[in-house]
Amino acid sequence: MESIRQLLEMIPDYRRLPEIIRSLLPMLVSSIILLALVAVLAMFLIWLERKISAHMQDRLGPMYVGGWHGWAQSIADALKLLLKEDIIPAAADPLLFKMAPAIVFVGAFSAFVVLPFGAASIVSDLNIGILYLIAVASLGVVGIIMAGWASNNKYALYGGMRGAAQIVSYEIPAAIAIMTVIIMVGSLSMQDIVNAQKGGIHRWFIFRNPFTFLGFFVYFTCSLAEVNRTPFDIPEAESELVAGYHTEYSGMRFAFFFLAEYANMFVVAGIATTLFLGGWTQVLPAQWVPRQLVPGPVIFTLKALLLVFVQMWLRWSLPRLRVDQLMYVCWKVMLPVALVLVLGVGFLSVYWKG
Amino acid sequence: MAEYFRDIGRGVVTTFHSMWITWRHLFTPSVTLQYPTEKMDLPERARARLFNKIEDCIGCGQCVRACPTDCIHIETEKRAKDEPEIFASDGTPIKLRTYVFDIDMTLCCYCSLCTFPCPTHCLVMTKEYEYAVYDKKDHIYHFAVDKPHYAKPAKEHQAPKA
Repeated sequence: MESIRQLLEMIPDYRRLPEIIRSLLPMLVSSIILLALVAVLAMFLIWLERKISAHMQDRLGPMYVGGWHGWAQSIADALKLLLKEDIIPAAADPLLFKMAPAIVFVGAFSAFVVLPFGAASIVSDLNIGILYLIAVASLGVVGIIMAGWASNNKYALYGGMRGAAQIVSYEIPAAIAIMTVIIMVGSLSMQDIVNAQKGGIHRWFIFRNPFTFLGFFVYFTCSLAEVNRTPFDIPEAESELVAGYHTEYSGMRFAFFFLAEYANMFVVAGIATTLFLGGWTQVLPAQWVPRQLVPGPVIFTLKALLLVFVQMWLRWSLPRLRVDQLMYVCWKVMLPVALVLVLGVGFLSVYWKG
Repeated sequence: MAEYFRDIGRGVVTTFHSMWITWRHLFTPSVTLQYPTEKMDLPERARARLFNKIEDCIGCGQCVRACPTDCIHIETEKRAKDEPEIFASDGTPIKLRTYVFDIDMTLCCYCSLCTFPCPTHCLVMTKEYEYAVYDKKDHIYHFAVDKPHYAKPAKEHQAPKA
C-alpha cells in the first residue's frame, strides 16, 4: 500500500485533497487492484483445474471458447452465471441466504491483504500477519454454515455441518504446523518470515531442518482440508450431498462461492509458499546470484501456482475420505505429528541455533 | 502402536503411488475426438440413413414386406403398354411406376432387412448419420419423382400390412 500511496502522490494537487480522502484513497485503490487480481486469478485457476483434470483423465477439456485451448471458457462461464436467474428458495431464510456468499468471499478476499507478493507488493504488512490469516480463514466457516442453514435443505445443512466440523478441526494442526516456522523466525509478520528465508533454496524453511520439512507436509495436508479440496471434500461431496452447502444457490451467488473456493486455494498455497518455500525470494543461492533477477511477485505467484497445481493433482489422484477417516487423520495423525514437530523445532532453536 | 505407524506409512506411500499414476496419465495422449471438426471413421458396414435410387426401383414392394417397423410406404401403378420401355441399371424392366416412395426415418430401426431382398440393389443404407432436423415431418424422406398418370384409388395399391 505504501507504493500505491507514493504513486498517488505523483498526481498533481493530490496533497491539496482533504486528509480523509488522502488516507482512504490508497486503501480503495489497493483493494480494487486486489479484487481484480482475485477475480482474474480465480477464473484462471478454474480453467487450469478443468484442463489439468481433463488431461489427467486422458481428455482434452474446454477447447473452443477463445481459440487457444479454450482459454476464455471461464470468462464465458462467469458471464453465464451472472446472467442467470438468482433463485432464493421459498422456505429459505432470505437474509442469511444472501449474506452467506458475501461472507465466504470476504473471508477469502481479506486473506490477500497480508500475502507478501513482493518486497514492496503487500497491501499491509501486519505485525500479526499469520495470526490474522488464521483468523480470517475461519471466517469462511461462518459463511459455509450460514449457507447450509439458510438454504433449508437437508443436503445443504449436512454439507454446512460437515464443513464446519472439518475446517474447525483441521485449523488446529494447521496452526500448530505454522508454529514451527514462527518459532524459527520469532515474528508473526509475513515479511519477517520471508526475510528469514532470503538467500536461495537451502535457506527455505522446508529444507532447513527435518521438522519444518515435515511441517510443510502437515500444513499442506491440513490446508487441503481447510479449503474443502479432495480428498477432504466431504462438505461438498457431490456423490453424497448433491453439492453440499451451495446446493440451493444459483447465478451470481453461486459464482461467489465458486470464486471464493478458488481464491482460497491460492491463499493457502500462498501461505505455504510464504512459510516454507521462501515467499518472493529467489530459488538460486545468493552466493551464485547475488541480486534478485526475477521480480518478487512473479516468483511468489509461480511458487503458489505450483502448490495449487499439486492441490489439483491430488484432487484427481485420491478418493474422498469417510467422515470418521477424516477425523482420524486430523486428531490422531496430524495433531500428534504437528505437536512433535513443534517440540523438535523448540529443542533445535534452544540448543542449536539453526 | 506398530499398526498405527504402518497405517501412516501406507497412507503416505499409496498417496505418492496414486500421484505417480495421475502424473503418467497427464502425458498420455488424449482419446478425445473433437467431434464436429474431427469424425470417427465408421466401420465398413455401418448402417445409417436409408437411400433409394429411384431410377432403379421397380416398385416390387419387397422392402415394404421385409420392414419390421413398417417405415417404408410405396404406392405404384402399372405403366401403360404404349409407354416407352425403361430398364433399371442392371437390365430389369421397370413395369410399375412408383409415384410414392416414402421412408419414415423416425420409425426405422436400422436393421437393414429391407436392403437384402431388393432385386435391383437400389435401396441401400448410407453412412450418413447426422441428419437431425427441427421438424419431425422432415424425417420422412420422399424418394419418388413421378406423378401418377391415372386417377385410381390409392388404397388398392398400398403395400400389405404386416
